[in-house]
Order: sequence, then C-alpha cells, then structure tokens
Amino acid sequence: MARLTIPEPELMRSGHAACPGCGSTLGMRYLLKGLGSDVVMTIPACCWTVIGLPFPYTVLNVPMLDTAFETTAASMSGLRAAADALGMKDVTVVGWAGDGGTADIGLQALSGMLERRTDGIYVMYDNEAYMNTGIQRSGATPFGAWTTTTPIGVAGRGKAEPKKDIMGIVAAHQPAYAATVNVAFPEDFVKKVQKAKGIHGPRFLHVLAPCPPGWRFPPEKSIDLGRLATDTNMFPLFEIEGTTYKITRKLGKAKPVSEYLKVQGRFAHMTPEEVAELQAQVDARWKRLLALEAIG
Amino acid sequence: MPQVVISGNSAQAYAAKLARVQVVPAYPITPQTTIIEKIADFVASGEMKAQYVKVESEHSAMAAGISAAALGARVYTASSSQGLLLMHELLHWASGARTPIVMGVANRAVAPPLSIWTDHTDTISQRDTGWIQLYAESGQEVVDTVLVAFRVAEHPEILLPAMVAEDGFYLTHTVEPVDVPTQEQADRFLPPRKTSGLLTPGVAGRYGSYIGPDLHMEFRAKVAEAMARVPRIFAMAEEEYRRITKRDHGGPMPLYRCDDADAVLVTMGTATTTARSVVDAMRDKGEKVGLAKLRMFRPFPADQVRELASIVDRIGILDRSFTFGATGAAHTEIAATLYGSPHRPMLRDFIAGLGGRDITPQTVTHMFESLLNGRGPEIEWVGLKRRTEVIGYG
Repeated sequence: MARLTIPEPELMRSGHAACPGCGSTLGMRYLLKGLGSDVVMTIPACCWTVIGLPFPYTVLNVPMLDTAFETTAASMSGLRAAADALGMKDVTVVGWAGDGGTADIGLQALSGMLERRTDGIYVMYDNEAYMNTGIQRSGATPFGAWTTTTPIGVAGRGKAEPKKDIMGIVAAHQPAYAATVNVAFPEDFVKKVQKAKGIHGPRFLHVLAPCPPGWRFPPEKSIDLGRLATDTNMFPLFEIEGTTYKITRKLGKAKPVSEYLKVQGRFAHMTPEEVAELQAQVDARWKRLLALEAIG
Repeated sequence: MPQVVISGNSAQAYAAKLARVQVVPAYPITPQTTIIEKIADFVASGEMKAQYVKVESEHSAMAAGISAAALGARVYTASSSQGLLLMHELLHWASGARTPIVMGVANRAVAPPLSIWTDHTDTISQRDTGWIQLYAESGQEVVDTVLVAFRVAEHPEILLPAMVAEDGFYLTHTVEPVDVPTQEQADRFLPPRKTSGLLTPGVAGRYGSYIGPDLHMEFRAKVAEAMARVPRIFAMAEEEYRRITKRDHGGPMPLYRCDDADAVLVTMGTATTTARSVVDAMRDKGEKVGLAKLRMFRPFPADQVRELASIVDRIGILDRSFTFGATGAAHTEIAATLYGSPHRPMLRDFIAGLGGRDITPQTVTHMFESLLNGRGPEIEWVGLKRRTEVIGYG
C-alpha cells in the first residue's frame, strides 16, 4: 500500500454548492492541502462563484476575493503588490479560474501577469467549456465535443477545432514553474502544488476537472474518467521548470482515445473517422511533448 | 514647499507621492501618460516607495487596483478616453467593492474619429459607475483635489473611489506655478489608510461574493447612501485641508460675481478660466454676468444648484460633451435638480469645445450675449462649421 503523502488538514469545508462528482471541488481541496493556509485567493466569475456559496457564506478557510471574469491574473498582480506594500511577504497569492476565464477572455491578463513576473500561482481548472453558464464551448473544449453552442445536426459535428494549447502559451512566457495536474492523481497533484509553493515568480497549474453534467457521464465516474484522460494522452501529466519539460506519468503504451470518448455523452456522436482525427491530434501532441522533454 | 512650475499631470504625480500611495497600476495613454511617467521617475529615484505595477491594459490596471485596495493598500492610477472606457466594467466593480481608489483622468475625446484632444465624453460616460467625480481648473486645484479626494474616498462613511479630471493638454501639459504642500502637511492631512482586514491570510472570508434578489438592492442602497454623504465629508475635508495649507477651492460649485447677475454660465474644467476673464470684461462694460464652476459632478451638488437658481433668472450651461438623444450632461442634471425647486430659471445648453476645439473668449461672450438677449435654441452647438466650410478641408 502506498504511503499517504497528502496532508490531512482540510482548508475547504463541506457544504459547498458544486454538482455531484465535480472535479473542480477536488482540485481546490488538493490545491489548499498543498499550499496551507497562508494564502489569499482571487476567483473570477466561474463555477466557483457559486460553489463557494452566496453571501454571507464561504466554503474556504482562506480569504477569497471575487474579481471580474477576465481579470484573475491582473487581480493577482494587484494582490501581490499590495501584499508586498503591506509587509505580507510570506503570503502566497493564488488565482483560481476556469478555462474560459483563462484561455479565452482572461488570456491577455494572464499573459501580462506572466510577462511582468508576478509572484503567484495561477490555477486554471479545466472543465473544458463554459460550464457555469451551461456548457458552451470554450477554446479549451476538445475536438469533436458536443456543447450547447456546438450542437450536433446536419451541419454540426461538435467542436470543429482542436483544444487550445494553454500550456504551450504559458510555456512561451517562460514561467518559473508550470505543471498539469489531474484530480484523479492526487499525490502527483499535491506534490506539484508543494513544489510550486517553494518557487518564486509566476507559476501556473493546469488542472483537469471532469464535469459530469457538462461531459455527460455519471458523477461516480469522475476519477475513472480523469485517469483515462491521462492514460489515453488526452491530458498528459508534465511539468515545466525554466525551459525544461518533464513528463511525470509515462505509460509504456497509451490507451486509445476511444476508451476515453466512449464513456462520455459529449462524444457519443463521433464517427470512427472523427475519432481517428482526434487520435491523430493527441498522438501529434504527445510526440511533440516527448520531443520537448528530450531537449532537456 | 516653494512654488514649483509644473504641468497638471505633474501635479497629479506630486499629489500621489504626497499621499504616499502604496500601489500604482500604470498603463500609458495620451494625454495621461506623463502622470505615470513622472510617478515612474519618483519610484526609480527612491522618492516614492510605491509598488509600480506595469499592467498590460487599463482594464488590468483597474482590476489590479481594486484587488490591491481590497487587501488594504492605498491605490492611485490614471487614465483617459478609450482607456477609461475600457475600464468601465471595473469602475462599477471598484465602487461596488467599496475600494477607495483615486484616479487621475486626463479628459480626452472618444473615437471615432480618433482624437487625442480634450472633451468630457470619457468621464461623463462614467457618471453612473459610483465614482466621485471632481473636475479641476488649474494645476493648483489638481494637487489639492487629489489629496482631498483620498481623504474623502477613504473616509469610513464613504469608501468609494474618486476620479480627479483635468482637461487634456489645456491642463495636463500646460505648466504653471503650483504651491505643492510639504510632505509634513500632506501627512497631517492624510494619515495612512486603515486596512479593512476583510482579506486576512489564514482567516476564512469572502470579499465580493454573489447574491440573490433578496439582498442585492440593499448593497446598492449602501453605495447610494455613501454617495449621499460625500458632500458633508467633502466639506469637512476641504476645511481641514484649508486649515493646514491655507487654501481651498470653494466647495463643489464655487460662484464668481453671481450676486446681482442677470445671467450665469456653468462651466467645468479649464473653460472656467476663459469664462472668468469674459465675466470680468463684460462686467467692466456693465453687463451683469456671473460664473458657476461645477467642480463636483458626482455626487451632483443639488443644494448649490438650487441656491444659484434662487438668485439668477438665466443659467447657461457649457457642456463639453453631449448625450445623444438628450442634452449635455450638466444641463440634464441641472434641469432635473430644479424640477422640484421653487425657482426655475431659464436654462440654455451650450455644447462647445468637443475634441479639443478651443473655447475662446469670443465663444463664451456669445453664450452670455445669447443668454442676455433670451434668444436661441434650448441646445446650441456653438461654433459648428457649415457644410461648405467642412468641405473646404478636403
């Protein structure tokens, strides 16, 4: 039996307002377990606005600031500047935003924050669509996925474009640290959070957060699905330190993406040809990732 | 401190330094840029201890400013025109979050057509954002008003953001002698900001939150009540400032030679100086004209406007912006303010000086004459070129 490396203290309380099986609640829980309580958190309009409970409640045992949809990274810069001015040197500034708020509408602010090297951790919890508004496609939605704005019909086959490579965009800014984490691999998750905590400068975590209502799968399958996402190379686990890539979970042979697709309603319409196209995209990305790792 | 010869933008920067601001999110835009350049110099030379955050847009400037102020820092930033419009979403956020940011605004026209020259369209477009709005006539008024704005904004009964507007180029880039208060005077007037403590690391708390229909109105009403307290707190702050520096600028709407006036012109910003000289010239000729300088646009100084209406029968309003489909903003406000008043003078709205068009003594003289002879439309675009003259440009 594996040695338990996940800290016991809970900085997220029960009673949150998330859907059953929500990956982002696990993500928040593991994030705070890794960071501890000396944190100030900024969160834009996203699922977590609601999950965190309405006034006058909160589900976090750390302070949380609400910020506008596209401003998470700018908010982090403001918090860091104020923390430094007010002598709160040790506090970790954390931004926690969804994929739409990060890879789409918040991308400019994210780029600015990374470029000006704000000392803080930006966490993008990726449920691969605008889930809080009811499953609209985002830049982070994978190829082929049904959403309410990529419906299936005579002229619609789900999302026509591949998933935006947010890690590639982040890497281009040469952050102090960046990593992908998956709620289905909690030890790897917490380890990377703890590693990020010990580094100064702009840091970025990309969290895969399975979403039962948005992806169309039963809530009890969130962890199984998370594992499949990584083990099919749909969501590889890796980290970037400086310019060095390291793949942190590498199987001898990845499972075919069809195993991941067939358990989710959002991909149910896909033809073998479409699946093959997605498989080709995934293979190309994996190959590129291996090449980046090989550069060292 | 002896008089220094500085621009309006430098006056903004000196005031930010004297206020010991702790965080300055900075993004350039003409004609505001020299404010943040001057502050950058102050920070680089060690004269100012502020965290200077080089953001990538005005939108991020305001977002960073709100977050910094939410944690408890004193925040100053500056913007103009398109940049101020880009901030609009966050301007609402700043007042709703009760973050007492002070912002210098270099008034500039809004595109298209692109123009870097002054008018008030940018700030007037922000009137419903819950910001205190103050308009300055001179570099002296800029430095004094920014300090007073901090005192008012941070007052525990207020906690609202404030913008101090100055006309682009006419004031931002024009140098004049300014009495800059000493640091000791500024410190006496403006003690360090008290931190709210709502975001204390390690302590559960949520700043902002979301809310259903059962309580949202109550939060908005809190902002409304705070704004209604501004005139009283502003008067106290100006009095305190006068006690320390021997200087004030006469409240939200100071009057000039209005006592027995047949006609009074209401102005905002630098047009006031021109209008004052016209009042003097016309008074010399026996014309009974006066001037009311609208310094505070939000909250709107209803008491002062009603008082003015009780002593004069004809009021002209010089609006350096226009609300399409209605009238100029100051005219709209004054008309609305006087509806319930026992004294309802004739009102005329003069639209002038848009996009940096000079407001000359002749322009203002025309307004007074038009008021005195009682003829002319309710809204007049003063000095508008005829079609043939416009064609002449091509």
